[in-house]
Amino acid sequence: MTEQLLQQVINGLLIGFMYALIAIGLTLIWGVMNIVNFAHGDFLMVGMFASFWLYTLYGLDPIFSIPICTALLFVMGVLIYRFVVSKVMSGPMLAQLVVTFGVSIFISNLAVYLWTPDFRLISKPLLTGTWVIGEIQLSIPKTVASIGSVITSLFVFLFLKKTKTGKAILATEMDREAALLMGINTERINSFSFGMGAALVGIAGAFLSTYYYINPQVGGVFVTIAFSIVALGGFGSIEGAFIAGILVGLVQTLGGYFFDPAYKYAIVFMIYLITVWIRPQGLLGW
Amino acid sequence: MRKMTFKQICTGVIALIAVGIFPLLTTNTFVQHIMILFFMFGMMGVAWNIMGGYAGMFSFGQVAFFGIGAYTSSFLLITYHVTPWIGLVAGGLVAAGVGAAIGYPCSNLRGHYFAIASIAFGEIVRTHFNNWKLIGAAEGLSLPMLNEGFKNFMFHSSKLPYYYIMLVFLIIALVICYLISTSKIGYYLRAIKESHDVAKVLGVNVVWYRLIAIMISAFLTAVAGTFYAQYILYIDPESVMLLPVSVQIVLISMLGGAGSVMGPVVGAAILIPISEVTRVWLGHKGTGVDMLIYGFLITLISVYQPKGVWGLFTNLGKRAR
Repeated sequence: MTEQLLQQVINGLLIGFMYALIAIGLTLIWGVMNIVNFAHGDFLMVGMFASFWLYTLYGLDPIFSIPICTALLFVMGVLIYRFVVSKVMSGPMLAQLVVTFGVSIFISNLAVYLWTPDFRLISKPLLTGTWVIGEIQLSIPKTVASIGSVITSLFVFLFLKKTKTGKAILATEMDREAALLMGINTERINSFSFGMGAALVGIAGAFLSTYYYINPQVGGVFVTIAFSIVALGGFGSIEGAFIAGILVGLVQTLGGYFFDPAYKYAIVFMIYLITVWIRPQGLLGW
Repeated sequence: MRKMTFKQICTGVIALIAVGIFPLLTTNTFVQHIMILFFMFGMMGVAWNIMGGYAGMFSFGQVAFFGIGAYTSSFLLITYHVTPWIGLVAGGLVAAGVGAAIGYPCSNLRGHYFAIASIAFGEIVRTHFNNWKLIGAAEGLSLPMLNEGFKNFMFHSSKLPYYYIMLVFLIIALVICYLISTSKIGYYLRAIKESHDVAKVLGVNVVWYRLIAIMISAFLTAVAGTFYAQYILYIDPESVMLLPVSVQIVLISMLGGAGSVMGPVVGAAILIPISEVTRVWLGHKGTGVDMLIYGFLITLISVYQPKGVWGLFTNLGKRAR
């Protein structure tokens, strides 16, 4: 019983770390430009497909294609910001909410058109198998992905706190006008943050592709959860998103274990609703 | 909101006569089907507008109410042989009750937080219906074939009765929306949309009026749900409770012009024919081209016409005068 429970906790952590990485990208975009990016899951899907095709066509293992996926998604994010999102920044809030839905539907169906809706799997990744420690089973690709997620999150955190660009991003997040008056090019910060948010799911996508199925709709599974995580952690808070991501991973697996696996996502949404009822600004929001 | 002018009433009457005669001129059932869907989505757009356009609560979970309406009447019909007309009212009341139950704890949420809470709500309801054995879980419900007639809300030989019933529903929804927009409630809702806090300070019972808007919106959406069940005669969670349908409802209101009585109707008149025709022409191959175009369209609308087409008309009218 205790081993089983421990196993569930570990499974929860392993999925939680991935959620955290996906949610950090989302919260960065949300915090800096107040845009809820519904296409975030589709960015993740593109990252997974990029990793898949690099493997299938050039035999490059997902672990080594991480830099390529990151760069690709960064460019994609910047382009989408420049040509679509920047155009609604001064528009009504409803348009800001809906525009990324359009991008999401467009990208996922472009993937259906180009690559068919089939489910795919990377057949022989470098990382495979499980470590067995006593009664506990630890999937190797998931563990590596989790470690990668923690390292990436740490880098993002340090980047924001220590570098000039990072500080400019945080300043824009706090007060756009003041940042503009201080000589920060907020338009460039927007486009950089959007690219960075996308690049982070590029990393997550490459890691996920080592053990998760890949198809054009796969992003949908993650994106609604990621929204709850971001709102749970608090608007634009990187630390909040990280903690809430792990929390949601745990709630999902333990909820599925104690109640009914079919309801695991519903339980996450319930927890979210209860949290915002008590604390509308989220756990670490202000 | 000023009262309707004589000119507007005339335009309305002429438009009404035109849509009234229209189905008699064509025997093409596909065209009739598109018109019925247009009325149905128009009605849901109007219902969304009461919440989103007037009170500023951008709900992306309207399908939950739609599904609750469809399921309540169908369940009552199949299990207890209750006529869908009573089921329709029952479904509306259940949806309004659920809306109030979820709306109350969410009464402090604004903007993005409300939008995401509504998505979470829609997903919870869908998950639950997908696993609820009593109402057929993922397999859904098939409605029994009953005798054709008004009493059973079932017509097999022609789409015309559905056409007129849905048209009447749409008109009722429009009248309700018009009455709200010209009444005290409409002013309160707009005040809440402009600023939650200021409205509160000025003595508007924000929580209560937000709940009223949610309940009316939920009721009307559920009525459309019952209609859908009676029209298609089969429902399952994947057809009546998916997030993209919620988004379509929002989009219709936005395209037409959120916050105006006629806006959603205009939006539905543009969007529904486009999405249905592209689906029939391009969708059957399963290549995603129809949805690709749809996604592109959403992006275009948000970028170039975010205030809606209806605003364009009224602005032109003002300039002409």
